[in-house]
Amino acid sequence: MSELRIEGLRAEVAGIEILRGVDLAVRSGEVHAVMGPNGCGKSTLSHTLMGRSDYRVTAGSVMIDGAELLGLPTWERAAKGLFLAMQYPVEVPGVPIGALIGASLRSRGLDETGIADRIAREAERLHVRDEFLARGVNDEFSGGEKKRVETLQLAVLEPKFAVLDEIDSGLDVDALRDVSRRVEAMTKEGALGVLAITHYSRLLTELRPDFVHVMLAGRVVASGGPELADELEAHGYEGLAERLGVTELTIERPAEPKAGFDRAKTQSLADLLKEREASAQADPLADPFADPLR
Amino acid sequence: MIKAHHFTADTSRALGGPDWLVARRLAAIEQLDDAIWPTPGEEIWRYSRIDELDLDRYRPVPIEEIGPPGATNAPGGGPLAREAGTTSGLVVVRDGRVVRQELAPELEAQGVRVCGLATCGSDDEVQAILGSVASASPDAFTTLHDAFMPGGALVWVPDGVVVDHPIVVLHWAEGEGEASFPHTLVVAGASAQVTVLERFGSPTNDHLVDAVAELVVCDNASVRYLSVQEHGPKTWHIGLQRAHLGRDARLRSAAVALGGDYARLRSETLLEAPGAESEQVACYFGDGTQMLDFRTLQDHAAPRTRSELLFKGAVEDTAKSVYSGMIRLRESAQKSAAYQTNRNLVLTEGAGAESIPNLEILANDVKCSHGSTVGPIDDDQRYYLESRGITPAEAERLIVLGFFDDVFDRLPSTSLTDSLHRAVVDKLEHRRSRP
Repeated sequence: MSELRIEGLRAEVAGIEILRGVDLAVRSGEVHAVMGPNGCGKSTLSHTLMGRSDYRVTAGSVMIDGAELLGLPTWERAAKGLFLAMQYPVEVPGVPIGALIGASLRSRGLDETGIADRIAREAERLHVRDEFLARGVNDEFSGGEKKRVETLQLAVLEPKFAVLDEIDSGLDVDALRDVSRRVEAMTKEGALGVLAITHYSRLLTELRPDFVHVMLAGRVVASGGPELADELEAHGYEGLAERLGVTELTIERPAEPKAGFDRAKTQSLADLLKEREASAQADPLADPFADPLR
Repeated sequence: MIKAHHFTADTSRALGGPDWLVARRLAAIEQLDDAIWPTPGEEIWRYSRIDELDLDRYRPVPIEEIGPPGATNAPGGGPLAREAGTTSGLVVVRDGRVVRQELAPELEAQGVRVCGLATCGSDDEVQAILGSVASASPDAFTTLHDAFMPGGALVWVPDGVVVDHPIVVLHWAEGEGEASFPHTLVVAGASAQVTVLERFGSPTNDHLVDAVAELVVCDNASVRYLSVQEHGPKTWHIGLQRAHLGRDARLRSAAVALGGDYARLRSETLLEAPGAESEQVACYFGDGTQMLDFRTLQDHAAPRTRSELLFKGAVEDTAKSVYSGMIRLRESAQKSAAYQTNRNLVLTEGAGAESIPNLEILANDVKCSHGSTVGPIDDDQRYYLESRGITPAEAERLIVLGFFDDVFDRLPSTSLTDSLHRAVVDKLEHRRSRP
């Protein structure tokens, strides 16, 4: 029996406090749902747990079986048994799923033998077609394929705890069912602990959580059983907030920080033609290649 | 006018060879008087390090210095050739001069020629073609090349002949303070098919390589061509690789550039007749203080021609790369399509990549597109891989190899893929091991 324990977790993004003291405890085999409206801090919670560099923790702790994760780099948190199924899985061209999983096992000094078979079996179970195994991970995958492949990685890497960040977004009914069934099996057979973050109740009809938590403005304001989801379904977040006497539901903040490629330059053809035209007018002799055949 | 102490009519004549070759060189010497030495002020040399080149530092490799194949460090058809797998023919070129040649007997019987230009290039057929491709795109270095080329490799495939396995041309450039002028002429006759793999290497000596490769792809012929440049860290390489394509001809060409101090390649394709198709791909990786410099031309001169270009590179440390590419769709090129993509990974703060795509579209019924990016490794990709328990170093290795993957996939020979993977990883790890 393992435990993921989050205590008094506070974190800020770009100087704005988004998590304002989060307490949660997930044990092996349990499924916890964290529900909340857009902007309440749900995704911040998932990336703060995983240690994304642009999220700054100001207080609290996150422990697996008493060992602190905060302060560890992302990959070591994963090595300690935490997995994040991302809301927007990142495209990594030229790195197929087999190479990714091989590297993950190697990084942790684990044995890679038989891993190809393992991936093939999971792919069959999750209805992931071979072409998606051959291609770079998430590279031009549909929303549904991305989530199936996130789930495949979860199944093969066998973490102790999985944070599923909006695993239900971008999924059709069949994919949602495949993903939910697989996660459910992992909780039952493999004792996986799950923290499922969502703002739809439709995931909960498939995933059937043991505990439901409601997050408003960076705090968990209510915890209960599945009946809490029913109350949300009936009265909405505003109805619940009114009952609890909570006035703030979400946190205003600047747009999500987008990492990477800030130094990139990409020109559209139209822009380029415009620029070429301008420079040709400025200097009509600036032809870089004298035409040798004319 | 080019003035250099050691590049004179006398040193050109002293290189010897058959009368026609000596005469050809001396004619080029005359042209050297009129040749204009390039400067970075010219657009085609913009961003280059051409102003650092002092020709007086070099002299042509004297004929008596060219040793046998297999001498110190020379390829001699050893490991480099074996890496290419099963081959149909082999030419070993030492300092621009052919020192060894091999060809499968059944191909020789079909009229295929894989040999040295100095010894087997004197007949009218070869004479009519030699230089016809390069002279369509001359510069000071092609003129200098013509004035000092001691021979070179000929790959001649007659009409209709299909060569099953690659023909490998290995170039080794050796002498300190010396310049060599390797020439390769590939002629694929009508409906012929051939794959040619060229590899350029040198030790750590300060050496200037002024190389020309001419590819003639006749009607309906199919040529696959790969050049791999793995020079030592002090070598300067200035190369032209130019192809002329006939009706329905197909060329898949690829360049890999890893070595050299300053290494420049002009990669040019002229689609001369309807239905011709070319693909040009390249991967390059610069580290240390290297500069890798590419100038490409996709020149469409006939209707219904198609060209596609994909150049991908990475730079680290204080290395620089330049990509400057031109798509030209002439008035005569209606219904043609041309695509050009250049992508660059800048792995460290001090490194830099320039990407300059150019279009010249004179026809109105054509398809044309290009994309160009220069940027660091995507932080989201790093984070994604690290969230799967992958160490930062391993994540970077995966991302960089993945970045090159679509180019590796399109190389004309898959036999070199493993060694290229190794070369890329070596460059990455070299950086990591630095303080």
